Amino acid sequence: MIRLEPRTDPSQTMIILTPILAVLATMVVGGILFVTLGKNPFEAIRMIFWDPLFGEHAFYYRGQILVKAAPLIMIALGLSFGFRAGIWNIGAEGQFIMGAVMGGATGLALYPLDSFIVFPLMVVMGALGGFLWAMIPAFLKIRFNANEILVSLMLVYVAFNFLIGMVTGPLRNPDGFNFPESRSFQDFPAAHNPELWAGTGIHLGVLTTLGFVILAYIMITRHIFGFNVRLAGQAPRAAKFAGVSPNKMIAICLGLSGALAGMAGLFEVTGPAGKLTTTFPLGYGFTAIIVAFLGRLHPIGILLAGLLMAVTYVGGDIIQSQLSLPKASIQVFQGMLLFFLLAVDVLVNFRLRISKRISK
Amino acid sequence: MTLIEIRGLTKGYPGVVANDDVSFDIDKGEIHALLGENGAGKSTLVKMIYGLVRPDIGTMTLDGESFAPTEPRASRVKGVAMVFQHFSLFEALSVAENIALGMENPPKTNALSNQIRDVSLKYGLELDPNRLVGDLSVGERQRVEIIRCLLQDPKLLIMDEPTSVLTPQEVDALFTTLRRLRDEGTSILYISHKLEEIKILCNRATILRHGKVIGICIPKNETAKSMAEMMVGSKLKTPQKTVTNFGLPLLIIKNLSLKSTDPFGTSLKNITFNIRAGEVMGVAGVAGNGQDELMLALSGEVLTEVNSIQLENNFIGQSGPVERRLHGLLTAPEERLGHAAAPDMNLSENTLLSGFQRQKLGRRGFINKSGAAAFAEKIIEKFDVRTTSVSSAAKSLSGGNLQKFVMGREILQNPKVFIVNQPTWGVDAAAAAFIRQSLLELASGGAGVLVISQDLDELMEISDTFTVISEGRLSEPSPIKGVTTEKIGLLMGGSKKI
Repeated sequence: MIRLEPRTDPSQTMIILTPILAVLATMVVGGILFVTLGKNPFEAIRMIFWDPLFGEHAFYYRGQILVKAAPLIMIALGLSFGFRAGIWNIGAEGQFIMGAVMGGATGLALYPLDSFIVFPLMVVMGALGGFLWAMIPAFLKIRFNANEILVSLMLVYVAFNFLIGMVTGPLRNPDGFNFPESRSFQDFPAAHNPELWAGTGIHLGVLTTLGFVILAYIMITRHIFGFNVRLAGQAPRAAKFAGVSPNKMIAICLGLSGALAGMAGLFEVTGPAGKLTTTFPLGYGFTAIIVAFLGRLHPIGILLAGLLMAVTYVGGDIIQSQLSLPKASIQVFQGMLLFFLLAVDVLVNFRLRISKRISK
Repeated sequence: MTLIEIRGLTKGYPGVVANDDVSFDIDKGEIHALLGENGAGKSTLVKMIYGLVRPDIGTMTLDGESFAPTEPRASRVKGVAMVFQHFSLFEALSVAENIALGMENPPKTNALSNQIRDVSLKYGLELDPNRLVGDLSVGERQRVEIIRCLLQDPKLLIMDEPTSVLTPQEVDALFTTLRRLRDEGTSILYISHKLEEIKILCNRATILRHGKVIGICIPKNETAKSMAEMMVGSKLKTPQKTVTNFGLPLLIIKNLSLKSTDPFGTSLKNITFNIRAGEVMGVAGVAGNGQDELMLALSGEVLTEVNSIQLENNFIGQSGPVERRLHGLLTAPEERLGHAAAPDMNLSENTLLSGFQRQKLGRRGFINKSGAAAFAEKIIEKFDVRTTSVSSAAKSLSGGNLQKFVMGREILQNPKVFIVNQPTWGVDAAAAAFIRQSLLELASGGAGVLVISQDLDELMEISDTFTVISEGRLSEPSPIKGVTTEKIGLLMGGSKKI
């Protein structure tokens, strides 16, 4: 019989090494996966992890890494507070979409107003869109004790259909030959989020994300809010004793993660994506969950994990085009990363005992 | 005549020797007490006698025959029965059905009911075999367990902390039964930390400390204090209070009612009392009569009607814990780990739970880490908390040390009113004496103190005024002088007529 026995004193080194071990295990098992697909595993792994950073076309890919990492990190930062407090927002993808729709719609409504106020207003409305969307599961949990995991997840699909309804209806580009997409923000300078320095991939969203990493770091290590979040997650009754209202915590954590996801959606739609389309959502909201855990829910860890995940996204594009591997193979690869992270985590905290049944 | 001989029993667990070369005898027809602090090895020893745990080394003989039970059934066959501290009864079944469940070959229900009636009559254990266990009081449930044991005609009856859940009247009834059993030749091994009870009930007492037998004494010839000192291994000081006159009312509770949200909880009904400056008020009661709910309502974790709680000139029924602390109302809940302290956080961080605002351990929400560490250091020093450093996790401390930390954290914040639930529960005698002393000093300094406890001796020792909580109602507070154990017992049992 195999049993898991809690370790009395889990090694601190191993806790820090866990993400690295998970990446290594993913490379090995991923390599085997590529072999079964008839590809050279070393070449594939190199293309995923090495080429985006140091390969022949790295000058282009590096910018792409930042473009993909920024929304992942921004969403994951928001999620990490809730996850620490035991509040599970799984619907960041929906909040990301609603932020893009609400912020984007605000800009489109003002077209072609040429004012410096347009873009900041869109950012605020984007954050508000995500915030309000996250308030639905928050309200239902506080009022009716409805499970926020299910509600927030289901709302992703509502948001997606709302997006389709908007781009085929009110937000459709009047000059767009009936294609289901909005006006392009590139044609509307006051609402555009351009690359600030050509080739770097850095846009306002990337800089804002960096600011949030620092802010989140200060909040979680120095501020009583971060302390209360940790307290609520570790010992809910002690948190009540300390005067932390569980309902406020639910509202704040869901609201915060929703606002950040919405803001990430706005930066994405006005920048890299360029317009609202039916193919706008790329799954950042879901991948950010992996990023949050891979980064140990710590801001600096999330920064690194977001970059790593972005590398696998870009690397995934490379193996797709150069090795003609299916898109699903890189998704399996990313999924493995979370799986191995959780598995290594279990082994760090528990010891595997294989033994005969012990009579009491 | 010796019934059971225990020779050199030793049992080790990883990192600790629970029993080290334990030897003693129990005579036939004797009530033998087993004394010791928490962790002294009483439970392990009893489990070895009952066959739940097997010793590493050592032997036992029962009636002159070698006795090495491998499981409880084997020891039951030899005539050893045990009443556990926590009962294992099914509430939806009747008394007779519950007893039948524990038997190897139960007789027909009717025959069994008759047997139960016989035994209950014979030993003064009033009990109707057809009643549902769910309708019985705690004391009656204990009788079910005792009758279950008596039906086996035991030679040795082991009782683990039997009186901790009983009212004084129920305790008296239990003692009568135990004495009758003794007189008929049954031996009883009696585990308790209530030394006064042991003095009046037990013939001899074996004292354990750190897994070793320290001595055997005749309780009748000892005082509770001398026995406690043998258990602890050092001299104990009786707490004393210097000030006895009271000031103005600090905390005024008027018609406090609270519906429990928990279906198994107790609703508070019209609770009214005052705590004056310099006063220690004791609240007695059997567990589960509204103590937890009262605690939550007073700490602010559950809000009530705004006028029902008044602290000096402020009505704080609708204020949360933080606001109440700023006004000077501090609390220490019963459960240390997980409620009064966060288990995985270190001591320095644990000061923030109640000290962040009142002790100003931060500014504009930013935590002053060195300030918190300094406050933790101060608590550790003033309250003699044994720990390696302020960065030890709360869960790494022993129960007594963590309790001293929690009490220190609140008391050192100079509360105007301090409310504490079970201040010395599971704490060893030396630490308990220290905690009681600090509560008295706090009151002497002009604070009002409310102590909720199930330990009557403790309340008798430190309170000035006394009240009993029963089914969510609080009795009229009265001065401790003139309060008799009988009166308390009637109040605890929920009786309104005395």
